[in-house]
Parts: sequence; structure tokens; C-alpha cells
Amino acid sequence: MATKLYIEAIREAMTQEMRADANVFVMGEDVGVRGGVFRATQGLYEEFGEARVIDAPLAESAIAGVAIGAAAYGMKPIAEIQFADFIMPAINQIVSEAAKMRYRSNNDWHCPLVVRAPYGGGVHGALYHSQSVEAMFYHVPGLKVVTPSTAYDAKGLLIEAIRDPDPVLFFEHKGLYRMVKDEVPDEAYTLPIGKAAIRRTGDDITVITYGLMAHYALEVAEELEKDGISTYLLDLRTVAPLDKAAILAAARATGKVLVIHEDNKTGGVGAEVSAIIAEEALFDLDAPIMRLCGPDIPAMPFSPTMERFYMLNPEKVANAMRQLAAF
Amino acid sequence: MRKGVTTMSRHTELGLSDADAIRMYRYMLLARTIDERMWLLNRSGKIPFVISCQGHEAAQVGAAFALDPTRDYVLPYYRDLGVTLTFGQTARDVMLSGFAKKEDPNSGGRQMPGHFGSRDKHIVTGSSPVSTQIPHAVGVALAANMQGTKLVAYTSFGEGSSNQGDFHEACNFAGIHKLPVIFFCENNKYAISVPYQKEVASLHVADRAAGYGFPGVVVDGNDPLAVYEAVREAVERALRGEGSTLIEAVVYRLVPHSSDDDDRVYRSREEVEAAKRKDPLITYRAYLIESEIWTGAQDQALRQELLDEINQATAYAESAPYSDPEEALRFVYAE
Ligand SMILES: Cc1ncc(C[n+]2csc(CCOP(=O)(O)OP(=O)(O)O)c2C)c(N)n1
Ligand SMILES: [Mg+2]
Repeated sequence: MATKLYIEAIREAMTQEMRADANVFVMGEDVGVRGGVFRATQGLYEEFGEARVIDAPLAESAIAGVAIGAAAYGMKPIAEIQFADFIMPAINQIVSEAAKMRYRSNNDWHCPLVVRAPYGGGVHGALYHSQSVEAMFYHVPGLKVVTPSTAYDAKGLLIEAIRDPDPVLFFEHKGLYRMVKDEVPDEAYTLPIGKAAIRRTGDDITVITYGLMAHYALEVAEELEKDGISTYLLDLRTVAPLDKAAILAAARATGKVLVIHEDNKTGGVGAEVSAIIAEEALFDLDAPIMRLCGPDIPAMPFSPTMERFYMLNPEKVANAMRQLAAF
Repeated sequence: MRKGVTTMSRHTELGLSDADAIRMYRYMLLARTIDERMWLLNRSGKIPFVISCQGHEAAQVGAAFALDPTRDYVLPYYRDLGVTLTFGQTARDVMLSGFAKKEDPNSGGRQMPGHFGSRDKHIVTGSSPVSTQIPHAVGVALAANMQGTKLVAYTSFGEGSSNQGDFHEACNFAGIHKLPVIFFCENNKYAISVPYQKEVASLHVADRAAGYGFPGVVVDGNDPLAVYEAVREAVERALRGEGSTLIEAVVYRLVPHSSDDDDRVYRSREEVEAAKRKDPLITYRAYLIESEIWTGAQDQALRQELLDEINQATAYAESAPYSDPEEALRFVYAE
């Protein structure tokens, strides 16, 4: 099996699904000739032509809205939002339309749409090229929200998302695009949306996270093992719907839970994960649930000092994990 | 006083048979009569909400008549009862939706009246935030093009809603790709209480089409034949692969915005009375009678027939079952 970059896995998923199903098409800003500003769609325009790799006008509500109409008609659009920060003009279409089409029509219509968007910081992207936006959508019934951390997961989950009969938001951490490389089968395969992955088992503390932070937590867990702290690490992979059973099992495995995400704390995915544990596994806990998240400020500043202050890093993660282990 | 022979046979000149011209009237009258019944049911406390087509019927039925319900798709807005009836919904469907019953074909009782949708009738499900359906119409047209299917995607909206970004973004997209879309604006000169001069800076909404590279047409929305002609031309254009058309039908809303509105605070009674004298139900019936293809007696008989149909529909819907409460949990995702 070949090892592939996270971004290559994403590109391969789209290419294979477009080959397999003439109804799959890609639409977004600069996705055609340019192959996307991150190169996620590189080569698609050459292989499938401009009719199926559409350079859309710079208008996110139309990118989402036109894709929704096409999906309702029977196509399987993959809409790319150039940066997750710029999904805001499309929120009405995603939340009022895509998420509610099946429900409001009593199952008469549905919307098999994928919206892909690079998110996350630590890349000197400042306020508007760094945000994590998953918490704005994981609250919305009717949407599925996927945040893979490995190339293997990215390919399997993206193919699953494309085949899903309902709208899926597929958030790709841009820091992972060329940082992460792992074994990815050449053929098409799917992974279930809504299933978390246990990255390691352990007895002392449990870390629940997703995205780039899953890598930091794994790296730190291996360090801490040398000091005799054993970590159970759950990578959520999907933040809507949350894998409740896996979350509860992870909490019960050690009784000490740390939830980590780059997104700011208030109302984030960690809040819901904590509430699930508090509701159903409180008496299995040996320590208060702990959260390590971005600060509650509007977004990540450009200046390197302030950006580093915002971003989590292995050192901050290690401190939190040691603190919880010592409780 | 009788008009000259040339104006008498306008429908014939358009290629419409006498029966077609009468069928148009039938749908207009059906829409009006259902709407009036909905208000009565609302005022007697039986249904919580009505949003009306009254005054827009000629525009709606004239437009829908130029489409082919087996080929084309419609993405209407809340006033478009005339469109959805012409596309095959029935008085019973409307009443089931008014009473929010399980059998409501639009939504199974989930949405307010006026939120249409029926896959089998090519009516794409709609929502409340205005103008969101406009890019969907563009998506339907794009999808059909990709699949090599010839059709027209028709979408309608008020002039107030033509200020939304979604209208502009959708028109621009359709213009670039020369998609077979008809953007149909029902300009009744008010967005609830806000008059046209405070909503739109250009003289006509149709003027905006120039910015999208396709024709914009203003038509008298009280005249179903004029609307039919304009929409038919747009359909032909679309099917020839020449792209979209923006049509502005000038109409007047004869009743308040909805059952929760009081229009006396923003429109003079004189203005409303003047509009009622141009009520398309009256003027089009006069046309049919002057054309000697319709009589007062036939009109009376049709009214009775429609009332019977609506009475039966109302009785059926009133006694039809509601959804079980737990049905509220279904169809969030595919089951
Ligand atoms: C996005 C959004 N904002 C506000 C409303 C509330 N609202 C419903 S209809 C309406 C006026 C619409 O006017 P117009 O588009 O001219 O259509 P008309 O009702 O006159 O036919 C408003 C403000 C809404 N439904 N959606
Ligand atoms: Mg209006």
C-alpha cells in the first residue's frame, strides 16, 4: 500500500468518484484551471473538463445554492469553499436549505451535497484564513460534519460523504494537507460517518479530540508513556453526528477526560462532548472534565506572537495532559 | 361596448384554443376561490395562517400555462397558488396543507401554507427565507444541462425579494452559463409595508437583467394572455439554448400581506379600490364574455362547481388525521 499525503487522498477520492459516477461534479472558486488554491482539485479539470469542474463566480451563496438545486435534481455536487472562513455568505443556503430539504418536504426531496472547506490555523492566515467553523454547523440537525485527521480517513470519509444522500460538510485542516502522510489504498473504499477512531488505548487519562490536535495528542501521548502516563486517545473524525458510544467508552476507560480542540471554547464541540459524559458517565469519572481549546476571541491574529498564543501546540497539550494525570 | 375583432381573438392569435383560454380562467378562479376560503377558515379560527395569491392569479396562471409540467420544474414562492394548481396540485392538497394534516403533499403538515413542494409534480420544495429558491432553479437548470435533458427551470419571487444577494448571485451564474431559467418577478409594489420606491432604485426590476446579460421584460400581470406570451417566448429562448430571461409581471396584492398583516396602515383604501377595479378575475372574465366563448350562466355554473370542490376538500382536510407527534422526529436524514 502506498503512503499518500492528506491532500492527495482527498484528490484521489474526488477523482475516483467522478470516474465512477457521471453525476459527481466539482464547483468552486479557482477549482478548474488553477486546481484550487491549495491544489486539492489539481488534474480534475484536465481529466473531466470544464463542464464537471466548474470555476464558479466569486459568490459563495450561489456556489452552495446552485449546488443544492443540482443535488435536489439528482446530481452529486462537491462544492468547494476556498477557505472555511468564507462559508459565512453561504450559511443561509446550508442551514435553511440543504439541512432542511428532506425534513421540510417530509422525505419527498433530499440534498446529496458535499461542501468541502479548508479550515484551521497556525499557517499565518490571520483572522480570516484560520478559523475553525465546525461548531457553527454541528448544532444543526440535517447536516453531517466531518473533520478527518489522516489521509486514510480523509479518502474513506470523503467517498462516503459523496455517496451520502444527505448534505455533508467536509472540513479539511489546511495544516494537515502536506504535513500528514499515511497508508492509503489505491482503490475506492468508504469509512462510516459518525464513527470515532481509537488511536491508542491507555489507563490513566482519556483525550478526546479531532483534526490537527489528534496528531499533537498522539505525539504527546507517546512522550508521556515514557513517564508512565498511559493515554487513551479518541479521534472523533466526525463531529456531527458525534459517536456517543465511543465517547462514553473512552470516558469510562480511564475516568479522566481531556477534550481538546483548536476552535474556541464556548459552545464548541468540547462543550457537547463534556455534556454527553456528564449526563451519562458522571459517576465513572475520577476528575472534573477538562477542556483545552482556543481562547474566546474573535479569531487568530496575524502577528506570530499572538498567533502562537492562540494556537494549541504539543507543549500546551502536554501540560494539560500531565495536569489531568496528576489530578 | 364591444371591442374590435383583432383584440377579441388575442388568445387565438397566441395559438390558444377557446378551451385553453377558458381553462386559464378556471385555474385563476380556482386559486381565488380557494384563497377566499382560506381567509374564512383563518378568521373563524380554523387555520392559523394564510398568505394570499389574490391579485396575482393572472400572472401565475398565465406563466404556468406557458410551461410544460411534464418537462419543466417550478420553484415558486409563497403566493404562487396559481402556479402550483396549474402544475397539478388540487384544492384538497391546499386544504390539507392549511389544516397541517399528515397527508399534506408539500410537507406532511410540517410547513405553513404557501410552502409548496411535490416531486411528482416537478414542484421543488421551498422554505420561508425569501429568494433561497432562486439559486436552486439555476442548479436544476445546470443539472439538466449536464445530464443532457431539455427543460426550463421557472422560479418566482416578489420585487422585494429581488434585493436579496441570492437573486443577484443566481442571475449572474445563470447568465454566465446561459442556463434555461425563467426568473419571474411578481411586482406588487410592496414588500409587506415597504413601497417600491424604498426597495428598488431602478425604474423596473427587469432593468436589472442587463447586468446579467439576458433580456428583462415588463409585462402587465393582470393580463394572463400577455404573461403567457412573454413566458412562452422565454421558454422558447431557453430551449433553443439561448439562456435565461427575467420577466417582471406588474400586479397588485388585493389583500393584506398575510393573515397577520393590517395593510390599512400603509396603503390608502382608494389605492386598493382602484386596483380592485382592475382585478384580473373581472377583466379576464369580461374578455372571455366579449370574445363570446363564455357566458354569465357558464360562469355561475363554474363558480358552483369550484365551490363544491372546495367544500369537499375542506371537509376532507378538516377531518383528516394529524401526524402522530413522534413523526416530528422523522426524516432528518435518510432512513
Ligand atoms: C430572508 C427573509 N427576510 C424577511 C422575511 C419576512 N418577509 C416575508 S415576505 C416579506 C416581503 C416580501 O416582499 P416581496 O418580495 O415583494 O413579495 P410579496 O410578498 O410582495 O409578494 C418579508 C419581509 C423573509 N421571509 N425572509
Ligand atoms: Mg411585493
